[in-house]
Amino acid sequence: MYQYTEFDKSFVRSRAAQFRGQLERWQDGRLSEDEFRPLRLQNGWYVQRHAPMLRVAVPYGELSSAQLRVLARIAREYDEPEAEVYRLASEAQRKLGTLRLPTHYAHFTTRTNVQFNWIPLAKAADVMDLLASVDMHGIQTSGNCIRNISCDERAGVAPDEIADPRPFAEIMRQWTTLHPEFAFLPRKFKIAITGATEDRAATGWHDVGLHLLKNDAGELGFRVAVGGGMGRTPVIATVLREFLPWDQIMNYIEAIVRVYNRYGRRDNKYKARIKILVKAEGQRYIDDVEEEFRQIVELDGGPHTIAQAELDRVSASFVPPQLKRRDAPDSAAIAGMLNARAAEHPLFGRWLARNVAPHRDPALRIVTLSFKRLLQSPGDASGDQLDLVAGLAERFSAGEARVTHTQNLVLPWVHADDLFALWEAARDVGLASANVHLLTDMIACPGGDFCALANARSLPVAQAITERYQDLDELDDLGEIDLHISGCINSCGHHHSGHIGILGVDKDGEEWYQVTLGGSDGSSASGAAQAGRVIGPSFSAEQVPDVIEAILSTYRDMRESAGRREAFIDTLRRVGPEPFKAAANGVRASVEAAA
Amino acid sequence: MTNAARMKILTPLDHAESGALNVVQLANDDDPFTLKDGIAGIDRIELHFPHFTDGRAYSQAYLLRRRLGFRGDLRATGDVLIDQLVQMERTGFSSAVLKEGVDPADAAREFERFPAFYQTDLSGAV
Repeated sequence: MYQYTEFDKSFVRSRAAQFRGQLERWQDGRLSEDEFRPLRLQNGWYVQRHAPMLRVAVPYGELSSAQLRVLARIAREYDEPEAEVYRLASEAQRKLGTLRLPTHYAHFTTRTNVQFNWIPLAKAADVMDLLASVDMHGIQTSGNCIRNISCDERAGVAPDEIADPRPFAEIMRQWTTLHPEFAFLPRKFKIAITGATEDRAATGWHDVGLHLLKNDAGELGFRVAVGGGMGRTPVIATVLREFLPWDQIMNYIEAIVRVYNRYGRRDNKYKARIKILVKAEGQRYIDDVEEEFRQIVELDGGPHTIAQAELDRVSASFVPPQLKRRDAPDSAAIAGMLNARAAEHPLFGRWLARNVAPHRDPALRIVTLSFKRLLQSPGDASGDQLDLVAGLAERFSAGEARVTHTQNLVLPWVHADDLFALWEAARDVGLASANVHLLTDMIACPGGDFCALANARSLPVAQAITERYQDLDELDDLGEIDLHISGCINSCGHHHSGHIGILGVDKDGEEWYQVTLGGSDGSSASGAAQAGRVIGPSFSAEQVPDVIEAILSTYRDMRESAGRREAFIDTLRRVGPEPFKAAANGVRASVEAAA
Repeated sequence: MTNAARMKILTPLDHAESGALNVVQLANDDDPFTLKDGIAGIDRIELHFPHFTDGRAYSQAYLLRRRLGFRGDLRATGDVLIDQLVQMERTGFSSAVLKEGVDPADAAREFERFPAFYQTDLSGAV
């Protein structure tokens, strides 16, 4: 993992002190509400439906056990609303039908950050100090600036990796942190990098999506795509460069962002993302970026050209941990041992098949701890669970965990002969659901139970679907399905990229849900990144689980099962949306008939 | 950064009284390259912040200093918050006009917050 230098540490402490000062000026009236707002946002502090929300940056998703323990402590001791705040919140949500409004949880986001929903603003400065004690902060996790850079959860350990994206992500973290020119862009700005052939970071959906690759001469570079994004206008990023030499990436990103800062729209919040500029200007935007890049290199002297020595210095932070040497059995012996265990414990066998992935070191495995289970919102982790994960990471994974784009945690350094012990320990704390990539491994935003922007609640819908699909045989039979749920068009639950997407909408003050089919995050199983299509008028919350069931029954009826069973997304692509649409609309008709 | 390069903090009165021979004001959607010819003869360029969250003037400042080599006074006017002064200095501003009623002592403290930054900047360029 990246080791913070004395400079990094003192920088985070200065930022925490600066925020404490701003908080005090706001409290005593020297700073108006309007003036304080963007300042707190750029430190990760929102004010939500019932209480403030804190978003903590997890650069490229990496967490140490020490950091997990501090997040656990924040969940336990600080994620607690004042009694009156909670009473009012519970009352308001109960009217909508919400029965559970949990406190004392951390929440993993699709951009691999961590959120807390209940910390009183008066305790904000104390929490920032606590985070700073383990090199953490909320710098630029919100606001119209360059946000935390997200990465492949398997960076540095994936067998299909061309180059490790983390050193580049770290160089970008440093360059973007409190960049003086780019702190007040037209709108938020998100960068994702992957260095593997498989895209696990949804790069096509980012403002800048970067893909490390090698050209025919074997040189390392980036494919650079710009202008992806969700929201009310879903757009897939446009490729500006098929191959940009790696050492030019920062000069090129400066050009991309400067042109955006100058010409991006600021008159309409919904048209301010870079995707709109790229769409509206097309080639002219690309020409402007290329011209700006030329001037940065030729006139400014390419000030951000990455020297090999600098890349080496940063890369040294990402060398694999020194794992205890073992008299490792050969892979055949390991396979034999795991198979024997799986035969004895079928649930372990399922977990092995679903939650354990190959590692570039044949003696190791990459293990996903699933945070998708009954009675817990997708991506939520209690203080106790975080503490236990910290222990599991120490015992089994060199003290390191990674937050995934799909709101789970990964342990990247697990010995194959430890898998059974890890499974037993994870099962004891409820983190061994064998459902990775299956229907219940869904993405969902906090929705109308917490978020001030939401039009409808996401979590009760997620819960209803989770409840209905508890049979592991059935889930396995349905196979891999990306189900994504957003509570509003801001799309934090990535409904656009779900094979099945659910979007909460407001109709005359009531919660309704639009269903989309055929979206993709850009992974090879899902096909090229694309937005799903709406299948018709929206459904009521009660209808949604029936609609999902109708869609899935249609899939089971229509899939080709000769040879390898056809996946949901492939059947959908082959037969088109019509039969699914008809089945879903049948739910509406049957409800009306009954009424 | 050294204290020697610190930008000048002005009250609205200071600003009203500060004379200069050749002053140019740029709106934040003006192209700074229109000043290319004759930039050497300009004493002061004023870049306006209609609202402090509109960051276009930072890029204008960068381009004026770095690409056009402007050596005169580069001044921030409009919605100038003390929380953005360091940022302004780092993109090449050499003076800023505080809003009515803001205490310049609060402003001075902002310059002491960070001993250093990750990026190189233009604060020493004047």
